[in-house]
Amino acid sequence: MSIDTETARRVAKLARIRVEEENLPVLAQEFNNILGFIEQLNEVDVEGVAPMTSVTPMRLKRREDVVTDGDMQEKILSNAPDAREGFFAVPKVVE
Amino acid sequence: MAGLNTLTIAEARDKLRSGETTSVELTESCLNAVEASKALNAFVHDTPEIALAQAKAADDRIAKGDAPDMCGIPLGIKDLFCTKGVPSQAGSAILKGFKPEYESTVTQNLFDAGAVMLGKLNMDEFAMGSSNETSTYGNVVNPWRRGNDDTALTPGGSSGGSASAVAADLCLAATGTDTGGSIRQPAAFTGTVGIKPTYGRCSRWGIVAFASSLDQAGPMTKTVRDAAIMLEAMCSHDPKDSTSTDLPVPNFEAALTGDIRGKKIGIPKEYRMDGMPSEIEQLWSDGTAMMKDAGAEIVDISLPHTKYALPAYYVIAPAEASSNLARYDGVRYGHRAKLAQGDGITEMYEKTRAEGFGHEVQRRVMIGTYVLSAGFYDAYYNRARRVRSLIKRDFELAFADGIDAILTPATPSAAFGLGEMADADPVQMYLNDVFTVTVNLAGLPGISVPAGTDKNGLPLGLQLIGRPWAEDDLLNHAYVLERAAGFVSKPSKWW
Repeated sequence: MSIDTETARRVAKLARIRVEEENLPVLAQEFNNILGFIEQLNEVDVEGVAPMTSVTPMRLKRREDVVTDGDMQEKILSNAPDAREGFFAVPKVVE
Repeated sequence: MAGLNTLTIAEARDKLRSGETTSVELTESCLNAVEASKALNAFVHDTPEIALAQAKAADDRIAKGDAPDMCGIPLGIKDLFCTKGVPSQAGSAILKGFKPEYESTVTQNLFDAGAVMLGKLNMDEFAMGSSNETSTYGNVVNPWRRGNDDTALTPGGSSGGSASAVAADLCLAATGTDTGGSIRQPAAFTGTVGIKPTYGRCSRWGIVAFASSLDQAGPMTKTVRDAAIMLEAMCSHDPKDSTSTDLPVPNFEAALTGDIRGKKIGIPKEYRMDGMPSEIEQLWSDGTAMMKDAGAEIVDISLPHTKYALPAYYVIAPAEASSNLARYDGVRYGHRAKLAQGDGITEMYEKTRAEGFGHEVQRRVMIGTYVLSAGFYDAYYNRARRVRSLIKRDFELAFADGIDAILTPATPSAAFGLGEMADADPVQMYLNDVFTVTVNLAGLPGISVPAGTDKNGLPLGLQLIGRPWAEDDLLNHAYVLERAAGFVSKPSKWW
């Protein structure tokens, strides 16, 4: 499996990280090195082995489906880069 | 006379209870040490006002009697823990200015027990790194040096600030977190003790998430006894973390009997790596002999899937990181990029994340995105999770055969120089975690104990791996190893 510049561009887009065009070939090369290392996993016979889903066998606890918290608009917005009139403000999303 | 900052938790506890000293005196001594330690770059947000207020409250509580063990003990807190009203950036520029409105469960537990916070400690960005060179605050420097050579060495990572601060006696102990070795590797590089408990022992609530199925908090301390005392205060069941366990927390210190006669110690042959330095080999066989002398039975064991742990980790951890770090979008907290005329929300996300995340974090987020993307999910992510099941089964079979603890080296080398790995392939850096990462994948408790020095006088650590939920037994094994190894060296003060 080899990652080309086009794939690197697509992955950066999916991850929502801007990568300048001239840096894509280096990035693709780094991906290839890491994925080359990961390829070793293909040597392992995993036939019939279930993927591990929880580290320790435990039943997740259940609780009543009730409101336990809330009414803290000010606290929630206190770290926002741009908050106006009780909302998070972002650039225009729809034309 | 050595300052109060050089005390262990156990010594300080006894002096506080006997009235020989006060938490305020202890805290002032540490604050002075912190103030004079800027060359180490371990503390990045000092909180002297909070520390002194907490120390005064602790002294009142001690005066009334019946104070918990951690009452009045000055600690450093890794920047990954959210602390109310105090900058908590996870070593990242993307969280610049973030002051949580809440307290992490682990720090709350420590504060409830009366502990004192001196400030926040440097770390690799989002805990991704093994040398503390990926932090937005700059590198942390190890207080240890190679003899008279003044080359700046790494304290390891990601809990490098914690390790450096404890080794340099800036605090009595510190919190750390461990996703692939981030407590145990820096502990080994700095001659300190670091334990990662069983996954689920400590609540992850309020700890900035890296890889949720691997992350665990733990203490970084000067001795095994201190690790036992502090770990007990950190653990709890927490309804806010559905993966935290509802088992009772034992009295870990009471488990330190020093008696391991008849216990079975496993020596896994797969941990004998090609090209392992002879000093590490020697340390490991010395440690094995110490356990044998203490009356344990030494058993050669096999953990056949060890070789695949690092590649599996470098699928699973980036996959989980890419999901967890999706929240840093410039909307709710932290950095937002300045936008150009006409930029929409997608440009805002992309520019914010490009500016806010460092290179290693970007690389891991993108690897994670790739292995989770359509068409590759089964080939990479699901295969890695199946290999993870096999790695866990290796340990289960060893424990089913009656093994009580497994002894391995903690790291493949002593601390290396800052910048020495700059031109290396990222995979070379990842190899630092080769002995520790299996433990995270299997969810087991593991502890690093200083056990000797290399030819330059740098500390080297051994790792003990325990059965799930048997931290008490594990700590007792570590206590025996610590006493037998008799590691008492301290770095000479140059900073």
